[in-house]
Amino acid sequence: MNDTTPAIETIGLRKVFGDKVAVEDLSLRVERGEVFGFLGPNGAGKTTSVKMLLGLSAPTSGRGLLLGSPVGTASALRKVGFLPEHFRFHDWLKAHEFLFVHGRLYGMNGQALKTRVPQLLDLVGLTAHSEKRLSDFSKGMLQRIGLAQALLNEPEVVFLDEPTSGLDPLGRRLVRDIIRDLKTRGTTVFLNSHLLSEVEVTCDRVSFVKHGRVVQTSPLKSLMNGLLHVEIRAQKITPDTIAGLRRWSPTVDATGERIRLELSEETFLPEIHRYLVQQGADVYSVTPQRISLEELFVQIVGSEVGL
Amino acid sequence: MRTVRIIAGLTLREAVRRKIVLAALLMGSVFLTVYAVGFYYINQDMTREAGVAPLIAFKEMRNFILMAGLYVVNFLTMGMAILTSIDTLSGEISSGTVQTLVAKPVRRWEIVLGKWLGFVVILTLYLLLMGGGVIGAVLAISGHQAPKPLLGLSLIWLNAVLVLNLSFFGGSRLSTLANGVLAFGMYGIGFVGGWIEQVGWLAQKQAAVHVGIVSSLLFPGEAMWKRAAHELQTPLVKALGVSPFSFQSPPNNVMIGYAAFYAAVVLLLAVRKFGQRDL
Ligand SMILES: Nc1ncnc2c1ncn2[C@@H]1O[C@H](COP(=O)(O)OP(=O)(O)OP(=O)(O)O)[C@@H](O)[C@H]1O
Ligand SMILES: [Mg+2]
Repeated sequence: MNDTTPAIETIGLRKVFGDKVAVEDLSLRVERGEVFGFLGPNGAGKTTSVKMLLGLSAPTSGRGLLLGSPVGTASALRKVGFLPEHFRFHDWLKAHEFLFVHGRLYGMNGQALKTRVPQLLDLVGLTAHSEKRLSDFSKGMLQRIGLAQALLNEPEVVFLDEPTSGLDPLGRRLVRDIIRDLKTRGTTVFLNSHLLSEVEVTCDRVSFVKHGRVVQTSPLKSLMNGLLHVEIRAQKITPDTIAGLRRWSPTVDATGERIRLELSEETFLPEIHRYLVQQGADVYSVTPQRISLEELFVQIVGSEVGL
Repeated sequence: MRTVRIIAGLTLREAVRRKIVLAALLMGSVFLTVYAVGFYYINQDMTREAGVAPLIAFKEMRNFILMAGLYVVNFLTMGMAILTSIDTLSGEISSGTVQTLVAKPVRRWEIVLGKWLGFVVILTLYLLLMGGGVIGAVLAISGHQAPKPLLGLSLIWLNAVLVLNLSFFGGSRLSTLANGVLAFGMYGIGFVGGWIEQVGWLAQKQAAVHVGIVSSLLFPGEAMWKRAAHELQTPLVKALGVSPFSFQSPPNNVMIGYAAFYAAVVLLLAVRKFGQRDL
């Protein structure tokens, strides 16, 4: 095993429950140090995929490697952290005991844990609750301690299955900061999330899954740099002027004094501005609008609400 | 082995934290107190009326009460085995608690074995306390000593471990409730089978004896109690067969071997299922 093996590599992973295909065909490659977003509607098979990668459930067919070791082997998990979707823990343990026990399960010794546990409690903002039993924790506090648990062994790959589902805005920001911090340390992060604003600011690359199949994988940059929506507010526009805009934009949507365009490049903006002025229009504003990940999500996985 | 130790420790800590140990100790002390006080007065009465009954009857009477006490201990230990462990696999699977354990660099069998060891420790201590308490109380109050107490307690222990392993077997594949139905149901089969066999002997009905033997094979727990009772009996009662604790056909050593084998197989099946299933 060396550092050039991908963090995660799967070939045709498939999971069938009875006659329900949860994951159709998962073929993925996540490089080391990447923050990888795994997006898709409810029931798309995200959690099932993570469970297969962690050896929690056995693939019906296909292969997968985690840090170079076959999924489902104990050795593959030595350098892996995991925060489950339904975070439930032994709630009769106190916060620090919980981290201690899980650290021991990673094979860490008591000496190392004596410094590591308080560090992590501090990281997730639970130092003041170290002596509390988990049964007295709120949902968000449980998710925080679960996150601390996933980082105990300074993992090389961390799986976070909707890590902010129970968190307040501060908690969400905390998770964002933790992910950024992990990235600077070269840790690979596999993030399942519905919160696209979060994905937008943390992920390097995203996959969209639908009905257990990856429908698109792209670097976030290229996704976000795709089409640029522009709204122009101007008066004294003639139909000829509008027709002339088709040079830059395939769609031109003009209503009253507002014109909406889709540009493939930002550099068209000054050209369009110059053109409008030359045509005698009074331009009040030209406002570029980045397409949001949410719109992309809807475009890619479709907008039907039923599952 | 490290993981097994950690999980066993966790299981013990859970029993303490959830006040299972406290409740068991408390109820155990109440039981032992009631038992000792009751025995004390019966013993006192017997001694006072010494003129009427032959001396030999004292010994039989004392042993009879001892047997009654151990019968309850057998039942309580078995109940402990079921109630403490029935939820441990199925509950953690359905709540998802097991996911963070299994996603560690550990093997699944280590988790099952660790839990099992934890429960065995609890059971053993409980049995030693309760069984030792009953035998000790009788000895201290009347000076009467049970024949072969260690062998008797070991067989009661085996009965409890059988039930424990069955509950692991069910817990690795069933919901908690279904597992409870399975564990009590199997015990019921063994129990009723034992009595059918007994009656069959008395009535000389060979078919009934066969039914009893088959049910003991289905679940040999009650058979272990029958053998324990036989070992704890005084020679006189053994010969006469006149008490509810004397059995015409005490299970033989082959049956004990079978029970141990049964326990091992059932635990292995639990380990295997837990190792393969989706969590
Ligand atoms: N143990 C199971 N038995 C049967 N079907 C299952 C099981 N686990 C998951 N499924 C099915 O597999 C599909 C994928 O489920 P999964 O939990 O992976 O979805 P998800 O993408 O994580 O959804 P969400 O966004 O709601 O968390 C769903 O249709 C679900 O009903
Ligand atoms: Mg999910």
